[in-house]
Amino acid sequence: MAKTRTLIDIKSGKADPAVAIAARYGNKPDALLEILHDVQHELGFVPESSLPAIANALNISRAEAYGVATFYHDFHLKPTGKHVIKLCKAEACQSMGGRNLVDAVENFLKIKVGDTTADKLITLEATYCLGLCASAPAMMVDERPVARVDVKKFESVVEGLRT
Amino acid sequence: MIKIYVPRDSSALAVGANDVAKAIAAEAAAQKISVQIIRNSSRGMAWLETFVEVETAKGRVGYGPVEVGDVQRLFAAKFYEGQKHTLCHGLVEELPYLKNQERLTFARAGITDPVSLSDYLAHDGFAGLKKALNLAGSAIVQEVTDSGLRGRGGAGFPTGIKWKTVHDAKADQKYVCCNADEGDSGTFADRMVMEGDPFMLIEGMTIAGIAAGATKGFIYIRSEYPDAISTMKKAIRIATDANWLGQNIQSTDHSFTLEVRRGAGAYICGEETAMLESLEGKRGMVRAKPPIPALVGLFGKPTIINNVLSFAAVPYILANGAAAYKNYGMGRSRGTLPFQLAGNIKQGGLVEKAFGITLRTLINDFGGGTYSGYPVRAVQVGGPLGSYLPDSQLDLPMDYETFAANMAMVGHGGLVVFDDSVDMAEQARFAMEFCAIESCGKCTPCRIGSTRGVEVIDKIVAGEDRDANLLLLEDLCQTMTDGSLCAMGGLTPMPVMSAVKHFPEDFDKPIRQAAE
Repeated sequence: MAKTRTLIDIKSGKADPAVAIAARYGNKPDALLEILHDVQHELGFVPESSLPAIANALNISRAEAYGVATFYHDFHLKPTGKHVIKLCKAEACQSMGGRNLVDAVENFLKIKVGDTTADKLITLEATYCLGLCASAPAMMVDERPVARVDVKKFESVVEGLRT
Repeated sequence: MIKIYVPRDSSALAVGANDVAKAIAAEAAAQKISVQIIRNSSRGMAWLETFVEVETAKGRVGYGPVEVGDVQRLFAAKFYEGQKHTLCHGLVEELPYLKNQERLTFARAGITDPVSLSDYLAHDGFAGLKKALNLAGSAIVQEVTDSGLRGRGGAGFPTGIKWKTVHDAKADQKYVCCNADEGDSGTFADRMVMEGDPFMLIEGMTIAGIAAGATKGFIYIRSEYPDAISTMKKAIRIATDANWLGQNIQSTDHSFTLEVRRGAGAYICGEETAMLESLEGKRGMVRAKPPIPALVGLFGKPTIINNVLSFAAVPYILANGAAAYKNYGMGRSRGTLPFQLAGNIKQGGLVEKAFGITLRTLINDFGGGTYSGYPVRAVQVGGPLGSYLPDSQLDLPMDYETFAANMAMVGHGGLVVFDDSVDMAEQARFAMEFCAIESCGKCTPCRIGSTRGVEVIDKIVAGEDRDANLLLLEDLCQTMTDGSLCAMGGLTPMPVMSAVKHFPEDFDKPIRQAAE
């Protein structure tokens, strides 16, 4: 007899890569942030389609998984550019001309904070403190910290990413 | 073999330390000079990074700030023999910036290789834990209580009392959680501990575990600190392999395991109950207290939660005795605090001093004034929820009680200096904006108050019904202070109202312009 399928059972036939990642953490619900980090690291973002699979693996509700994925600034539910540059907008960087730097960077990349360049190379994001407050302004290029940033330095970093 | 030290701290990496290390290795190879490059922690003199040190018969000689382009000239001047050069600062130990500090927690900063266990052991490492392994939990708690240590995360709650509560609680499982979600702008001491002396944090947390009878610990590190995360993980592996963590530590009956958990860019998770939620894999929503986490904490179990610097102070206290630590400080603020000089400051970095030092001494004597050379106008102490202090308050001694009496807070010891180009109305607006962005949304005063705060400040700055709106802002701030669940909404009024109180001239520009 065919089993009655409910909406919850409907998923694509292909195994979601998130399932293997969740298994690495023993499918423990408390490891949800770690799992989402790893999914994002592997796929470049957290596809919404992965969330039901993760929820299922951890035995939590889809709403809980979605709630966590959308609560934290780090997780992107949409693909980002090839590189993510996080520009610090917090007070220590403000005291060193951070506000003007944000404007200048936006002009240079021709995008606003939160957007991705047309060539999909860079996603520009705001962050609030990178712990480089004694050599502000600071930014994080993927996982590489850069301090004493000015427009010239920013342009040369972007040049490096282009080549 | 000549020993050359190139720091691996983020503040050095952020100005090209890896490239400097590579360039030194390449040049040494080209000149057939035998060198050993050690990637040490940072001395905490950020303006001198990359700060390269060379071991000589007289001690280490420092050069900085070194850039890749300087390396050939340094070799030409024979810096590897400690010879003079325009970037040379002489013997590192004699530098006034370091010599005038009282480094208890940061005693090893810049001296050791952070992930070398033998280095750690050779510099008094695990001396505190060795003592603790032979003490009863209650005796450890007593020692920490006697030292007068108070929570370094900002709240200043007596650490010993917290530990005693967890010690006295009855449960099948207890936890030790380290709050390493150092999100306050102007602070980086936690990061320096984790990147520069990770075994010290492991030691402090293990002592806490023994004291309270907890066998499992978590370090919640913000994702903005990828280097701290990888260094901490590596150190935990090394410590576990050497049986300083794990089952039957050093063949005693004590067991303690540690795990690193990454945050995900939410400032609110620096609030202890939001951090617990996050550690449980949930949204970082603040919990109502009581029950206090010491009784109902992680997974509902009794939990010690402390900041990195609180745990990091413990090995010294155990090794040298409570009295040695308590001898430093003033009033009820005992011991030392690693102050962090940040923002518009010439010589930014880490200054560990006993409580009681004034802001002016920190900023002028250590910091050398502003980076821009213009006068200091405001200093924000204690992160984005801390007050802005004007020049007239810079002679206050750094002490929890004195600051509280002056409507300010010491917090985590971070100082952000602003020169006279700062617009304080803009800073007040940012405080509200930041609260709106980072609020967890659980309580109304914080969630909605912060957005209304931005709007009201905009009206004041635009000169729209200024006096009435200033009253409204004051009323709103009072509501946030009294009605918020945690410090996020509860303390956001501090920077806002301090800016209004001390810098009123920045809030009536349109009116003054109209009058002129």
